[in-house]
Amino acid sequence: MSDADKNATGSSGIRASRRTVIKGVIASGVAVSAAGYLVYDRYGSSLGRAKGSVERLVTLNVNGKDRRVDVLPNETLAHTIRYKLGLTGTKIGCDHSECGACTVMVDDISTYSCSTLTHSVRSRKVTTIEGVEGPNGELHKVQKAMIKELGPQCGFCTSGQVVAAVALLKQNPTPTVDEARRGMSGNMCRCGAYDHYLKAVMTASREA
Amino acid sequence: MAYNLIGKDFTPMDVEAKVTGRAKYAEDFRAENMVFCKTLTSSIPHARIKSIDTSEALKMQGVLGILTADDVPQFPPPALPILAKDEVFYIGDPILAVAAESEEIAANAIEAIKIDFEQLPHVVDPLESLFPGGPNARTEGNVAAGQIKLQTVKWEASDFASAGDKKMPMGRAAEEWSYGNVDAGFKNAKVTIEETFVTGTYSHNCMETRSTFAYWQGGKCFLHGSNQSHTAAIANISRYIGIEPENLVLIAEYCGGGFGSKIPGYPNMAIAALMSKKINRPVMHRITRTDEYGIGGARPGFQAYIKMGFAASGKLLAADMYLVQESGPHATAGDFRAAGNALTMMYQPEACKFRSVPVLTNTVPMGAHRGPGENQFAALVEPMFDKAAKQLNIDRMAIRRINAPDSKGTIGKDRGPLTSAFQKEALDQAAAMFKWNERKNLSGQRTGSKVIGIGIGQGYHSAGTNGFDGLLRITPDGKLHVHTGIGNLGTYSHSATARVAADMLNYDWENTIIERGDTRKALPFNSPQAGSLSASTQSRTMYVAALDMKDKLTDIAAKSLGGQPADYVLAKEKVVHKSDASKSMTYQQAAQKAVELGGKYSGKEVPEDLNPITKNSVATIAGSGLIAAAKDNLPRVGVTPGLSVSMAQIELDVETGKFEIKDMISVADCGTVLHPLGLGHQISGGNVMGIGMVMERHIYDPKLGIPASVGFHSGKLPTYLDVPVEVGWGAVDKPDPQNPIGVKGVGEPVLGSGAAAITSAIADALGGHLFNRTPVTPDMIINHLAGRPPAHKPLQVNAV
Repeated sequence: MSDADKNATGSSGIRASRRTVIKGVIASGVAVSAAGYLVYDRYGSSLGRAKGSVERLVTLNVNGKDRRVDVLPNETLAHTIRYKLGLTGTKIGCDHSECGACTVMVDDISTYSCSTLTHSVRSRKVTTIEGVEGPNGELHKVQKAMIKELGPQCGFCTSGQVVAAVALLKQNPTPTVDEARRGMSGNMCRCGAYDHYLKAVMTASREA
Repeated sequence: MAYNLIGKDFTPMDVEAKVTGRAKYAEDFRAENMVFCKTLTSSIPHARIKSIDTSEALKMQGVLGILTADDVPQFPPPALPILAKDEVFYIGDPILAVAAESEEIAANAIEAIKIDFEQLPHVVDPLESLFPGGPNARTEGNVAAGQIKLQTVKWEASDFASAGDKKMPMGRAAEEWSYGNVDAGFKNAKVTIEETFVTGTYSHNCMETRSTFAYWQGGKCFLHGSNQSHTAAIANISRYIGIEPENLVLIAEYCGGGFGSKIPGYPNMAIAALMSKKINRPVMHRITRTDEYGIGGARPGFQAYIKMGFAASGKLLAADMYLVQESGPHATAGDFRAAGNALTMMYQPEACKFRSVPVLTNTVPMGAHRGPGENQFAALVEPMFDKAAKQLNIDRMAIRRINAPDSKGTIGKDRGPLTSAFQKEALDQAAAMFKWNERKNLSGQRTGSKVIGIGIGQGYHSAGTNGFDGLLRITPDGKLHVHTGIGNLGTYSHSATARVAADMLNYDWENTIIERGDTRKALPFNSPQAGSLSASTQSRTMYVAALDMKDKLTDIAAKSLGGQPADYVLAKEKVVHKSDASKSMTYQQAAQKAVELGGKYSGKEVPEDLNPITKNSVATIAGSGLIAAAKDNLPRVGVTPGLSVSMAQIELDVETGKFEIKDMISVADCGTVLHPLGLGHQISGGNVMGIGMVMERHIYDPKLGIPASVGFHSGKLPTYLDVPVEVGWGAVDKPDPQNPIGVKGVGEPVLGSGAAAITSAIADALGGHLFNRTPVTPDMIINHLAGRPPAHKPLQVNAV
């Protein structure tokens, strides 16, 4: 897989000017500034900033590390994770707690980060897709199973599916298929990859 | 031919990035000095823009610029514009964009913009627009599509009066054709089925909305977008931005779902690009789910009539279909035409008549949605074959088999040829897999409140074309670089087809690198990742490029080691003399030699017939290895059909009107199987989307033109709990003779057959009752069982 991964992130050997290389680094998903992104209400319009509301510097425990971050009162965890901590593996599919693309674990419980206020998870343990891998970058058994069973199609919902599956197996290490599909049912997939994801959950549940 | 890679499972290169969250989609990118833009969209379904006052917004601190229709390329109406110019056509229609230091400032600035609208009559129901004196969705007319130019069509009041409330009125058509003696066919028919039906519109519901991020550098536009196709989209996206194609750097390594809505790019992509140019800052244009329900479009709906006359044998002697299409406000949907072709293809009627009117409506822009036209047709018409079978007293599978195409079948009004069709085999294989002959006896069995329904459905979509370019490169380190421009929709065809080249060149898959996702990676002009095309079409381009590579390898061996090129064959990553094994050179050595030789060997010279996009790409890698570039000029005569069959068993609860799918299988006629795991994934996923067609909705308030489906909650797609635990699948696996590898596509037909298997199963559970409508909702089922009329009017659209 290491070759394959290199492939995916683009080791092409194609001549690129220094300028494109520099730009490539700049436009690479590293958090630069988060102030610009808007926190939406459930109908997609601005929640705005309540009069006099200001960001407060708080400490969040994300993927085992304490992160200091300025947080607005109305800020969602998905917003903080993506736009302030630069962890873009967590996706926003609906921003309405409907689709599950934004699923993270809060104290090992599967949670829609788009509908969780960041202030409410201070002093709790947040795990995003980036924190699912082992300390040495070893893939989690759910991720390995997702690769083996070819879980994803387009991949946009996959981070949420993986995190939901990890959380499910923490709660119920050996689910029946029916328990697994109920456990995963908060995560939508438009490609209809459900049976492949489900197979991966069951495969992972059989691994130690 | 025995293959090493083709037909075997493998792990596509991009899966790990997806399961680790490292895969970067358009909105995951950032740049220094990045700013944001937001669009102001119409809150009125149809209006003339009298004036726009942006003065207050422009005074706001942090506002950087405003983009209106006057700042963007214009396309003649009724084409989909980037921003509305003088007239808005639906709620959610983008009018202008505001850029600001933050999204919040942009949102506040939009609130400060004053637009003076003159409200115009609007229409969301095509038949209402066709009624004498009925409203037009555009001031210039109410009918347009493709070659049908924008015009006004009004039927006679008598057309409506003679049809009554329940039957489809049929006035003057905008397009019609026929072949054979239709009247004679109906006259000779033993059984005639005559139905009026309605199909609902619904969102593509791509999980990734169409956010775009753009900046400019050195005169080039760098665009991160969510797009199905790659190089096939460049010309179109460049046109939206108003630049030459070589000045577009398109980065789209991943696409979070498109399903037809992101094929050749879309106008919305140009907003970030043009705003960035205007204000000279990188611009992020995030699209919310609510925005997406507007600009993201929807599958068009039909109000339709069909009459079919069957011989005693079950053979379809004559068919007559009339489709009124709900097209949205622009001429963006050709579903009606595809549905007409599907009728001729799926059932091979001896005589056929087709009429249609694509009517413009003040609903969201409608366009291709996985099997556009064919699948609405399949979902509604397949259960009518059950009705005919019952009246003829023949098996439901048998009536399909007798009408199913074989390779001698024809398609369309001109009855053109097919490259191959093995639908009878697909039906047989599905019947064996599902145990059709046993299962069909379960029809109507009731336990408590649950009734069993057994359904069967078929699907069709053309599934292959030709004429694109293949580009391969062996670098002096010996690696094979497969340059592919087909995009990444999640079908993994970018990798599955690359294996054709690796296989033909006797390459280890481990030594194959796929170059894709970014125009800077020297991508050739390739098929759109759409229309079930990429597996078949890209197999051909890989084949021709591999042949070119093979010729060059043997040429170089002959030049270096003596003898003729024909004396050499390809062994494991080396070229070897047929009769003298001591004469051999590795691909690595050949690539090094190619760099020395230059000319055609290193890409310094390329064939004249390559597309300019390919030529430009080759120029960027010329001299870096042994390069093979070739256009697919292989012959292909006729339509290449992808076909599928689905079978399902449901349990319908007569007390709740809900049903559960207990079992579902699907078999595809898609030629040679390239990648079993990926194919199975497409088949099951397509069937799941087919289940979606039977439950998804796009409701409009007919009086106010307000959409009620603006989120997953109000346009619900299938979840884990709405679909079977597994969709069993199979493939006929008979090669298409006009594809060098035998491949045909199948991404789209499986949705149609899946939807049809469910509509067929519902009808079966209800003793043969046809709702003749999608979606089928629990309240429709409950009302039917209680003997009550449905809550909607018979021909009403966007109502359930």
